[in-house]
This record gives sequence, C-alpha cells and structure tokens, in this order.
Amino acid sequence: MTPRLRNSCYGLVAIGIITLVAGAFGLGSMHFWATLLQDSLFFLLVSVALTLMLAAATLAQGSWQIAMRRVMEAIVMAVPVLGVIAFIIMMILVYGHKPLYLWTNVHALAADPRLRGKRPFLSPGFFTVFAVFMIAGWSLLGWRLRKLSLLEDQAPKGTTKYFWKAVIVSAIFAVFYAVTNTGSSWSWLMSLDPYWYSTLYAWYIFASTLVCSAAMLTLFVILLKHMGYLELVTREHLHTLGLWMFAFSIFWTYLWFAQYMLIWYGNIPEETTYFHIRLLGPYRAFFYLALIINFVVPFLALMSRDSKRKYASMTIMAIVVFLGHWLDFYMIVNPSTVGKAEGTWRLGWYEIGITAGFVGLLVLLVARSLARAPMYPRNHPFLKETVIHHTY
Amino acid sequence: MAIKNFVIGGFREEPEIFEAVRKVRLSGYKLHDVYAPYPVHGLDEAMGLRGTSIHTAGFVYGLLGTLTALCGMGFCTAISWQLDIDGKPHFPLAAFIPITFELTVLFSSVGMVITYCWLNQMMPGVKKHLFHPRQTDDLFVVVIELTGKTTAAEVKAFFESLGAIDIGEQRAEAGWWYGNFAAPEPYQQTDMPREATVG
Repeated sequence: MTPRLRNSCYGLVAIGIITLVAGAFGLGSMHFWATLLQDSLFFLLVSVALTLMLAAATLAQGSWQIAMRRVMEAIVMAVPVLGVIAFIIMMILVYGHKPLYLWTNVHALAADPRLRGKRPFLSPGFFTVFAVFMIAGWSLLGWRLRKLSLLEDQAPKGTTKYFWKAVIVSAIFAVFYAVTNTGSSWSWLMSLDPYWYSTLYAWYIFASTLVCSAAMLTLFVILLKHMGYLELVTREHLHTLGLWMFAFSIFWTYLWFAQYMLIWYGNIPEETTYFHIRLLGPYRAFFYLALIINFVVPFLALMSRDSKRKYASMTIMAIVVFLGHWLDFYMIVNPSTVGKAEGTWRLGWYEIGITAGFVGLLVLLVARSLARAPMYPRNHPFLKETVIHHTY
Repeated sequence: MAIKNFVIGGFREEPEIFEAVRKVRLSGYKLHDVYAPYPVHGLDEAMGLRGTSIHTAGFVYGLLGTLTALCGMGFCTAISWQLDIDGKPHFPLAAFIPITFELTVLFSSVGMVITYCWLNQMMPGVKKHLFHPRQTDDLFVVVIELTGKTTAAEVKAFFESLGAIDIGEQRAEAGWWYGNFAAPEPYQQTDMPREATVG
C-alpha cells in the first residue's frame, strides 16, 4: 500500500468522522440516521455476499478465484468490523433513539393490531439476539475460511487436507447464509415498513448485494493490479468477473421485476404502498435512474466480450454497478423513513460523507489483511489451473 | 458449390498438426480445413480462424423477438380489440414483460441454433465429402486446396517433409450438398492412401 493511497484512505475516514460528528449535533435528524443505517448495512451485507461468493467458488471447486482469493479473503475479514459498526447503529435505533423502526415505538405497537401480530418477530429482544447470532456466524465462518487458507500456505506442497476442510466450512456457510440472508433483510430492512411485506424481498437484497460484491471485488482487483500486485490475474480472470457482474445484474432485474409485477398485478392497497411513494411519489426520478444504471447500462455495456476484457471499461462498469446498488439501498431505506416522515426526498452531504468514510475504512481494513499474507495461496491444489485459466 | 482439387495429408499425433498448420500458413498454401477425431483445443487459433460472431446474430434475433412480442400483444390489446381488464391500461407494459422475455429468449436461442447449424453446414440431410475414412477414427487430416499457383507434386513433397503418414490427391465437392451419401458426381482419387491399401 502506497503512502498516497493510505493518506487518501485516512482522508476519507476523516471525512466520514467529520460527517458523523456534524450529524450527531442534529441527533433528531431522521435523515442522518437513515444514512447511517443504509451505509452500514450496505457495506456489511455486500461484504457478507462476497463471503458467499468465496464459499460458492470453493464449493464448486472453481479455479478462477484462486488468483484473487486473498483479495476476497481480505474483504471477508472486514465483516466483523463492519458488523460491529452496523450492530451499534441498530442498537441505538432500537433501544435509544427510535425514529426509524416504527415497531420499536410502544404506543404505535399498542394502538395497532397488525403490528401486535408480528410482535414475536419484531421485538427488540429477538432483534438483538438474532443480529448477534447472524453477525457472529458470518464473522466466525469467514474467519475460519481465511484461517484454513493461511494454514494451507504453511503446509507441505500437495496437501489437500485444508482444501477439503474449506469445502466443508463453505457448505456450512452456504446453508447459514440462506437462513441469515432472509433473516437479516427481513428484520433489518423490511421492518422499516412494518405493515408491508414481500416474500421476494430477501432474494432481492441477496441479488443486489451479490452483484455489488462482484463490482467491489473487481474494483479491488483492478486497483491492486494497477499497483503491480496480483501477477496471476490476467484478462481471463477479469472476463470471469465481468461475466459474474453481467449475469447477476440480470438476476437482480429479474427479482426486482418479479417483486414489482406481482404487486402491480395484485393491486392490493396494503402492498402497493411500497411502490406508491417510490414510483409515484417524490422518488420517481431515482426509481427510474436505479433501474437504468442497474439493468440497462450493465446489460448493454457488458454484453460484448471485448468490454469484459478491458480494464478501462470494467473499471467504469464496476463503479456504475457499485453506485447503482448503493442507490438501490438508498431507495430501500430513504423513502420508508425520510420520505414517509417528510414527504420529500433528501440526498446530501450526509450520504457523501458517510459513504466516503466507509469506503476509506474498507480499503484500510482490506489493505491491512492483504499485507499479512502472500498475495495468492501458494499451495492451493488449483494454483496451476488458475494460471492457465481461460474464459471463452 | 464447386468441385475443387485437394491434397490431403494424414498425421498420427496431435502436436504434428499444430506444426503442420503453422508451416502451411507460413508457406502460403491455401488451407482448406483440418479434420480431427475429437475437438482439439487451440487449433482454431493455430489455423487463424476469426472469433465467432454468433453473439451478434443472437442479439439481433433477441431484438426481433422483443419487437415481435411487444408489437403482437400491443396490436391485440391496444389497437385491434381493446378490453378493460381490472382497470389496467390497454398497453400494460409490466404484464407484457414476461412474455416479451420468453419470446426474446426463444427467438435468440432457436435463431442461434439454426445459424450455428448453417455456418457449420450441419442441417439434417446435409452431406459433405469425406476426405479420409479415418478422419473420424484416429487420423488427423490436413487438407490443402490446390490453386493455380500450386501443383499437387509440390504439396505432396511438402507433406512428405512434415512427416505425414498418409498423402493423397483428391478431386471433390468443396461444400455441402443435399441428398443421399453419394456425391453429386463421382470424385476421383488419383492415388489411394498408402495405409488404406495395405489394410
């Protein structure tokens, strides 16, 4: 890590902290809390989705990921820190300052039979225990994957013991994630609209975070390649990442549309409220913008083989997809909180500052983990396969 | 299609044809094709074949499917016979998307399969000349087309120098034809492959 990059990261974190302090003076501001919740959950869930990508690639015995496996592991190692930050923010929102989660309001609960019925799930006690369970599980399994990979480096050449152990841990993580992805998106994000529910919601969050994790990984890989590390990564690996981004952009659109169309067709007032404020209310422009930069742009720009094999176009597309899904999270959190309370959208310095802080923090955490191990797993059984990896 | 003159060279090992193809391209002979018993990785690059553009064809077919679906449904529900269904608009785009998606996929996949078969001359009933009976068994066959600038003897000597075990000259249909297995006109094999005569 060059001093210049480190200084820029400290600068970004400083911007985040300044925004945090500035926001703390206006503690009553719902906008500030919505931004904090959105950004902390966004970066946490995207990093967790990257853990799933690592686990899935290990389970499928994919060889392409070995060249960039240490980068993925480094991002996975940021999950505990991001998880603790998100947990603190959610605890403040549930127990202390309560402007966002309507179900934490005792009076609202008492007055509304619809909320009373959901009480076992939407209660502070269950919320806390479940959050601790999920964040601890993600952190432990991610840490275990990293540990096995480091042990493999020390083992004699040709050892497959740690590889099979990693397959088992990945399988456990895949099952654990299937439950916790649903649980986390329901209890942390969908409960912002306690009256509204959608069974596709967890899948939708999953697709959004998964494609965004691919974009994040691409950005880290290109940055490190640019800095002269990662000699094993070639255009073939970049192509694979491009395929991943392309495929899951379409997958996201599929789920987005599946959720939208069923609600549009059914036309039940209880369900259409979610889209009423987003599509017909003040968020109309963001609604269409999110759809364009998350579907139309990646679909057309990443379709051709050449654009997936060029560093320039992949950098641009990764940034577009990353910002697009950041906007997607904005559209999940902001209309349900700020939009409902104030009747208008808010997007400003809080968003920029807090996001900058998280980006700086993430880069610092990843750089710290990367510096502690060789840039690729030296003894991995698939090392040769990743060197000769070819994408058609 | 056209009847042309060819010289074939049969090779026993896979690495030999890479060397042969490289030398053929360097020497400037017109490479007709290379036949192998199984798909040989990297041979297309060695032969200098350009990358396929079937993706572009697939995109165009997909676009055609999208337009067909939207125009067809739009004509039915918005122009030809307007029905009020649940108060929805006469051109309800959201309701059309699934069918548009399906038709896009259908057009693009079927179109690409047909294009692939057409480009590879693989339609049902299509026949092609078999240069060597062992080209689907255990022999790698390099076929050079004779042009006005080359003579058969010259190319045969060239194959000899490359170490081909089976060299022959043939006059045959270059493209495909439709019908039974017999060629449109009986082709002549001026000298039989040596190994074939031995048995």
